Amino acid sequence: MAEPTTQSRWQRFLDNDVTWSFLHTPSAIVAACVTVIAVSAALAAPWIAPYDPFDPSQISLWDGKLPPAWVEGGSSAYLLGTDNQGRDMLSTILYGGRLSIVVGFVAVFLGMLLGVTLGVISGYLGGKVDAIIMRFADVQLTIPGILLAILINGIGRAILPIDMRDDFAIYVVIIAIGLTDWPQFARVARGATMVEAQKEYVQSARVIGLPGWLIMIRHILPNTLRPILVIATIGLALAVIAEATLSFLGQGIPPTTPSLGTLIRVGNEYLFSGLWWITLFPGIALVVLVFAVNLLGDWMRDALNPKLR
Amino acid sequence: MTNLLTINKLDVQFPTRHGTTYAVQDVNLELQAGEVLGLVGESGAGKSTIGNAIINLLEPPGQVTGGEILFQGRNLRDLSDEQMRDVRGKKIGMIFQDPQTSLNPLITIGAQLVETIIKATDLTGSAAVDKAVDLLKSVGITETETRLNAYPHQFSGGMRQRVVIALALAGDPDLIIADEPTTALDVSIQAQILDLIKSLCRERQLGVIIVTHDIGVIANIADRVAVMYNGAVVETGEVRQILTAPTHEYTQSLIAAVPRGDLKVDRFTSVDYIEGGAQTHRRIDLDSHWLGETVQANPLGEAITIDGLNKTFVLKKALFKKNRVTLQAVDNVSLSIQAGESFGLVGESGSGKSTVARLVAGLHQGDDGHIKIFGQNVARQERSNDVTAARRNLQMIFQDPYSSLNARMRVLDIVAEPIRFYKTADSEKKVRQIVCDILDHVGLGSGAMLKYPHEFSGGQRQRISIARALASRPKILICDEPTSALDVSVQAHILNLLKDLQAELGLTMLFISHDLPVIRQMCDRVAVMRHGAICEIAQTETLFDTPQHAYSQHLLDLMPRMDLFGSAPASLAGPP
Repeated sequence: MAEPTTQSRWQRFLDNDVTWSFLHTPSAIVAACVTVIAVSAALAAPWIAPYDPFDPSQISLWDGKLPPAWVEGGSSAYLLGTDNQGRDMLSTILYGGRLSIVVGFVAVFLGMLLGVTLGVISGYLGGKVDAIIMRFADVQLTIPGILLAILINGIGRAILPIDMRDDFAIYVVIIAIGLTDWPQFARVARGATMVEAQKEYVQSARVIGLPGWLIMIRHILPNTLRPILVIATIGLALAVIAEATLSFLGQGIPPTTPSLGTLIRVGNEYLFSGLWWITLFPGIALVVLVFAVNLLGDWMRDALNPKLR
Repeated sequence: MTNLLTINKLDVQFPTRHGTTYAVQDVNLELQAGEVLGLVGESGAGKSTIGNAIINLLEPPGQVTGGEILFQGRNLRDLSDEQMRDVRGKKIGMIFQDPQTSLNPLITIGAQLVETIIKATDLTGSAAVDKAVDLLKSVGITETETRLNAYPHQFSGGMRQRVVIALALAGDPDLIIADEPTTALDVSIQAQILDLIKSLCRERQLGVIIVTHDIGVIANIADRVAVMYNGAVVETGEVRQILTAPTHEYTQSLIAAVPRGDLKVDRFTSVDYIEGGAQTHRRIDLDSHWLGETVQANPLGEAITIDGLNKTFVLKKALFKKNRVTLQAVDNVSLSIQAGESFGLVGESGSGKSTVARLVAGLHQGDDGHIKIFGQNVARQERSNDVTAARRNLQMIFQDPYSSLNARMRVLDIVAEPIRFYKTADSEKKVRQIVCDILDHVGLGSGAMLKYPHEFSGGQRQRISIARALASRPKILICDEPTSALDVSVQAHILNLLKDLQAELGLTMLFISHDLPVIRQMCDRVAVMRHGAICEIAQTETLFDTPQHAYSQHLLDLMPRMDLFGSAPASLAGPP
């Protein structure tokens, strides 16, 4: 071919259209930086947080309800102030963000796994299988997501024995969110599959005699990943919000374990007594994280869409 | 006499981040009123870009970077956008390729015409409607009053293209640019549309620029031809001179590559000027090679037998039978193909020829009837071992080389897929060796193994498709319009390759095409299809010399001829 193929992998990556679009979209760069900083800060919480909110020896009720360092009465030991239990806000936000992000990732992955599997099967086989799967998805889409998550979450907690509830709360929340958002993935995967299945490379695989499951995995799935990746990014932001909402409503993670949602909820109770920092800082963290991930997803949708290029 | 249009030293560039592409370089053209100028060239030659540059509708980031476009003495490059819009509507009309998309489906034909007439002329109200009626009549549409209230979907493709021509004529333009006006149409309609354009040009003293890749179209319609290659005009001249005595090497090879409809030749003339020299295909000693292991076992007798095959598609589902809309795509088709034979299926679009191929390949299930492959009935959706084994004898090559390869797999994995799946080779090393040999065999070279499909041109991709088909060691090869999406020069290479492979491997071939000259060169016997049914089955030479069925006769009459100037048929010779 005309172009020499002596380029290294790295050069080819830099030459890629998507990379190029990324480097020429300032909002995407900023969003990516914010996301990377937020995610790595949250994941590195045990090493960079000034205090450990799980360690009772570091918590003193005497230091409770201190305002941020730059406000009168604040202490330089607690940069963003402390909450009602005397935990350092910065540390709890880092730890809480870690939990929120992990819940978001795993829940989205669960929803994606379920949704994409069902969507690809539905789109490839068509007919009755398609009708049944998609009607399930339609029914689920008519129920507001958060209500469904509360329902699944409630059932999950009711099944577990009382002494295990707090330990397993996080897994229940993940499953609840994952089971809530699969229809989005299923719809997108089904649409993409129906387009790909018409293409001649799939027909050629059928003429070779490959079985359906192999065609779906090897040929169709890799070619439907782009739109799925885009909604997964936006889904991640939604999952973080869903976790926060569940926790805020007292349905999710127990208040003793900090997550962004529980922090906002706890802070909310003190908002009218003037302790604005307990709810404001986790709120800002949540907004910034969700906004950055959403911007990234938006950019990805444009960059990966050949029609908008 | 001054020219209607003069193009001097036109340069068009497409600056991209990979560097600037020079789409058109230093092009000079002239056009008189009442003359048809053909712009011919292969894909990417820059012929459409010239048309778009004239009316200043280049797709971004394209821009005219040099030269002048003089239209009736004015340089179009000096005009403002406002003035240019005026010229586009009133002085220059455009006809686009696809009549499906160039009309608004939600607005009646009449409303679209009247709107254009009001914009382009001073007429309003009923005068504009009268003008619309006149225009439709002049493009040969009857019952115009009722047709004005019809929507585009109620018109056939040819009728729609007539409406598009009427739209282009709305402002009484002096110049019409037709960009591949007949490429999306069947041959029978193509001839009518070309005749229409030509007679309009004569009657109204229009200048017409017709952009096409099809030399047959040029031969039928143009007075003068400009041949383009790689952004430059390599040769301009009278159509007769270009077609009979081309001087430039590229023109010569381009004309030589057009398959001849008038007699059967052994091989296609290959065009070495283009794809960077001929790609030699390496022969394989079939007696000892993996690929030849099944050749000796080629059975004789009937390879494919089709008996009373029917297939109906449901276009619109409904609970009650009377509301259902169905299409009988295949109507009681029976035929048999001998082992080692090349069998052609020819017909216009919608004739059901591809559906037959897909039924044989097992991509669709027939409603009733039998399909036998080497005597094994495969029509039913039984997944028995016998059916699977019979199906493995059969492979298919598809039309569109861009969608027939999985863009996310390497060529090695694409070609090796059937070998690995059926475990027909002992080890991974052996698999690689076989893929390497096959790629060499189809003229690609083993260097292609680790690349991805997007790194190849259309012709090379089609070679990969052929390699993948060979990797199943088929005895029957179904080719569904394998070269319709390719340029003529590349087409010759691919068809020669298919011929060679057939001869070496003793393949039985079911060859589907709408292109009669290609069928004549490729096939031993031919079936002509129309509306899902077979009109005539005959030996190729018999069919081309003495067609029995009226429809076969009709198709053959419409076949574009290069020998127009030897004995010009009266119907196509225009007025002087």
